[in-house]
Amino acid sequence: MAILVNAETKILVQGITGDFGARHARLSLDYGTKVVAGVTPGKGGQFFEHGAHRVPIFNSVADAARATGATVSAIFVPPPFAGDAILECVDAGLDLAIAITEGIPVKDMVRVKRAMAGRATRLIGPNCPGVVTPGTGDKSFGGCRIGIAPGYIHQRGHVGVVSRSGTLTYEAVYQLTVKHIGQSTCVGIGGDPVNGTSHLDVIKMFNDDPDTHAMILIGEIGGNAEVEAARWIKANVRKPVAGFIAGATAPAGRRMGHAGAIVGGAEDTAAAKIAVFQECGIEVAVTPSDMADALIRAAKAKGVTLS
Amino acid sequence: MNIHEYQAKALFEKFGVPVPKGASATNAAECITALAGLPEGPTMVKSQIHAGGRGKGTFTDGFKGGVKFCKTKAEAKDLAAKMLGNTLVTAQTGPAGRKVGTVYFTVASDIKKEYYLAILLDRVTSRPVIVASTEGGVEIEKVAHETPEKLFKVVVDPAYGLADFQVRDLVTRLGFTPAEGKNAARMIRSLYAFYWATDAAMVEINPLITTPTGDVLALDAKVSFDDNALFRHPEIVALRDLNEEDPKEIEASKHALSYIALDGTIACLVNGAGLAMSTMDIIKHFGGSPANFLDVGGGASKDQVVAAFKIILGDANVRGIFVNIFGGIMDCYVIASGIVEAVKAVGLKLPLVVRLEGNNVAAGKQTLADSGLPIVSGDSMADAAQKIVKLAA
Repeated sequence: MAILVNAETKILVQGITGDFGARHARLSLDYGTKVVAGVTPGKGGQFFEHGAHRVPIFNSVADAARATGATVSAIFVPPPFAGDAILECVDAGLDLAIAITEGIPVKDMVRVKRAMAGRATRLIGPNCPGVVTPGTGDKSFGGCRIGIAPGYIHQRGHVGVVSRSGTLTYEAVYQLTVKHIGQSTCVGIGGDPVNGTSHLDVIKMFNDDPDTHAMILIGEIGGNAEVEAARWIKANVRKPVAGFIAGATAPAGRRMGHAGAIVGGAEDTAAAKIAVFQECGIEVAVTPSDMADALIRAAKAKGVTLS
Repeated sequence: MNIHEYQAKALFEKFGVPVPKGASATNAAECITALAGLPEGPTMVKSQIHAGGRGKGTFTDGFKGGVKFCKTKAEAKDLAAKMLGNTLVTAQTGPAGRKVGTVYFTVASDIKKEYYLAILLDRVTSRPVIVASTEGGVEIEKVAHETPEKLFKVVVDPAYGLADFQVRDLVTRLGFTPAEGKNAARMIRSLYAFYWATDAAMVEINPLITTPTGDVLALDAKVSFDDNALFRHPEIVALRDLNEEDPKEIEASKHALSYIALDGTIACLVNGAGLAMSTMDIIKHFGGSPANFLDVGGGASKDQVVAAFKIILGDANVRGIFVNIFGGIMDCYVIASGIVEAVKAVGLKLPLVVRLEGNNVAAGKQTLADSGLPIVSGDSMADAAQKIVKLAA
C-alpha cells in the first residue's frame, strides 16, 4: 500500500522528447518505474530508447493510454501548452495527472481547474516535484518515481510527506532516511497559487492509508491551505504529525520564487500558521533541520514506533 | 510585474474604465505640453513610483507630499518641478526612497463619496474575486479587520465570466443611486474585462469615486500582472520601468536566478524556493539576518554560481555567504567545482560556509577541502547556519 501510485502503476510522460522530460524519464526508468509510454504530438510511432528500455511514443494521451494501459501522466511540456496537456489527460480519463511544469499562467490554471470540476482525473501540481512511492530495492529502487525528485534518497517505510516545495521535501526525506525511517509516499503539491491537490487532500489520503503511520506536513507563507489542513488534522487524525512552515523572514508582498508564496493578509504569515499548527497538536519543526526530529517527538508522544 | 498609475489609467481607458482626464510628463517641457491639454482649474500632481503611500511621503530634500492638490495649473507646474528628479520616501519604499522620473497631472475631481474596488485571485476557490467596499480611500486591510460587514465579495465562475446579476448585486450592496449605479455597473464589467484579458494578477481602485453629477471614476489605479503570462502580452512588457527595480534583481533575472534583496548581512545562495526561504529563516533563528533570497533553481551551473556570487557581492552590507545546496539529481562534485571556480573568479574575501548534501556528496566536500580556499563546510543546515552567523558577526 501507499497513496496515489505504487510499484505497479503504469505511467506515460507528456513531453518525453524534450530535454527536461527525457532526462527525468530516464531517471524514472532507472529507478524501476513502469514508464510505458511517451506522448509528443507529431512523433507518434517513434521510440524513446534508454538502455534496454524501448518506450513507444504516441501522438495523443488517449492513444497512449489505450495502447499501454497507462493511468498516470507526468507532464513536462512548456508552460504555454501545459494547461492543454492537463486537459488532454482529463479527456482521456486518466486517474492522475502530475504537472511538473513551472510557470503556467494563473489564468490558464483557473480555467483548467474549472474544467476539471466533476471529472474523475486528479491533478497534482503544477510547478511541483511530483510523487515518489519508494520501492523495496537498494536505495529504494523498484518504486514509483514520477517527476523530478531524487529517487535514491528515499527508503520504503511508513511516513507520508506532503509539501509545496521540492528541495524542502528532499530535505525532510533525507533526514528521515538517514535515521532509517522510511516513507510510504512523498507528494509535492507544488508552489503555485492554483493547484490541483491541496495539503488537506493528501493528508486525508494518508490518514486513510493503513500503510502510513505518521506524516510530515511542510508548508509556506501565503494562502490558507496549511491552516485548513491543520484544523482537519486536529478533528480527524490520530497519527503523529510534524509540520514546518517556510518563509518566517519573507517580506510582505514579495514573491519568493513560488508564485504562491506571497504574504498577503495577517493570517497567511509563517507566525500565524505556526500558531495554528501548535493549536492543532502538530509538532512544529523549529528549523528545517528539525523536521525528522519533530516527527520523532510527535511519534513518541503518541506511543507510535516509526519505521 | 507592476506598472505606474498613469500607465494603468491609459489601459483602463482602452477598456472603458472611466478615469479623470490626465497627462504625464518626465521633464519641464513635457509638463507644459501635458498641462496645456488639461482644462484650467484645480489640478492634481502625482509622483509616479510603484510604491504606495505617496501622498504621505516626504522627498529627501524635505519637500512633503508626493501627491499634491493645486488650485491652478501654474501651481501644478511649479510643484511638478519640485518632484521630478527628486527622491520620494514613503512607508513602502524603505529609507532609500525612489527617484521620481515621471509626474502625472489630472483634473481634480469633485468627490461625493469614496469607494473601494479590486479584482484578484481567490485562492480558496481558485477563481477571480471582486472585492468592493463602501469605505474607500483608506487601507482595505483595516476595513476587512474592523468592519468586515462593509466589504463585499463576488466570486466569478471562469466558465461563464462575470454575470449581470452579480454586478447588479454589487451595485445594490454598495448603495449607489440609480444614475450612479448604471455607471458603476459599466465600470465593474469593464474592469473585469481588463483583468481577464491582460492576465492581471491584481487590479485595485482605491478610491473609486462618485461625483456630484453622478459620474463614477477611478481616482487611483494599482495594477500588477502575472509574470508567468507576460510571454503573451508584449504590449504590457513594454511598460516595464527598470528604474523601479533593484539593479541586482534585474541582473539576476538575466541569469535565470530568482533574487530578492533584503536588508541583512548574510547572503544566501540556495537551490529551490522553499529551501531558499527556510535558509533565510534558519539564519534568523540562530541570530543572524539574511541579506537576500536567492534561488539558483535546479541546475546551478558554474556560470550561474559565478553570476550569483557577483550579485551577492554587489551588496555592500554583506558580511558572509551561506551556500546551501541539496543536490538531489545534480552531482555535488560538479556543484563544488563550480563554487571553487566562482570563489576564485570573484576573489572572495568574505567568510563562506557551504552546506552540500545529496548525490556524490563525499567527492563534493573533498573538492571544497582540496581547493586551499578558506571555505567552511557545514554538516547540516543548522550546523552551517550557526557557523556563518558566528563568522559574519
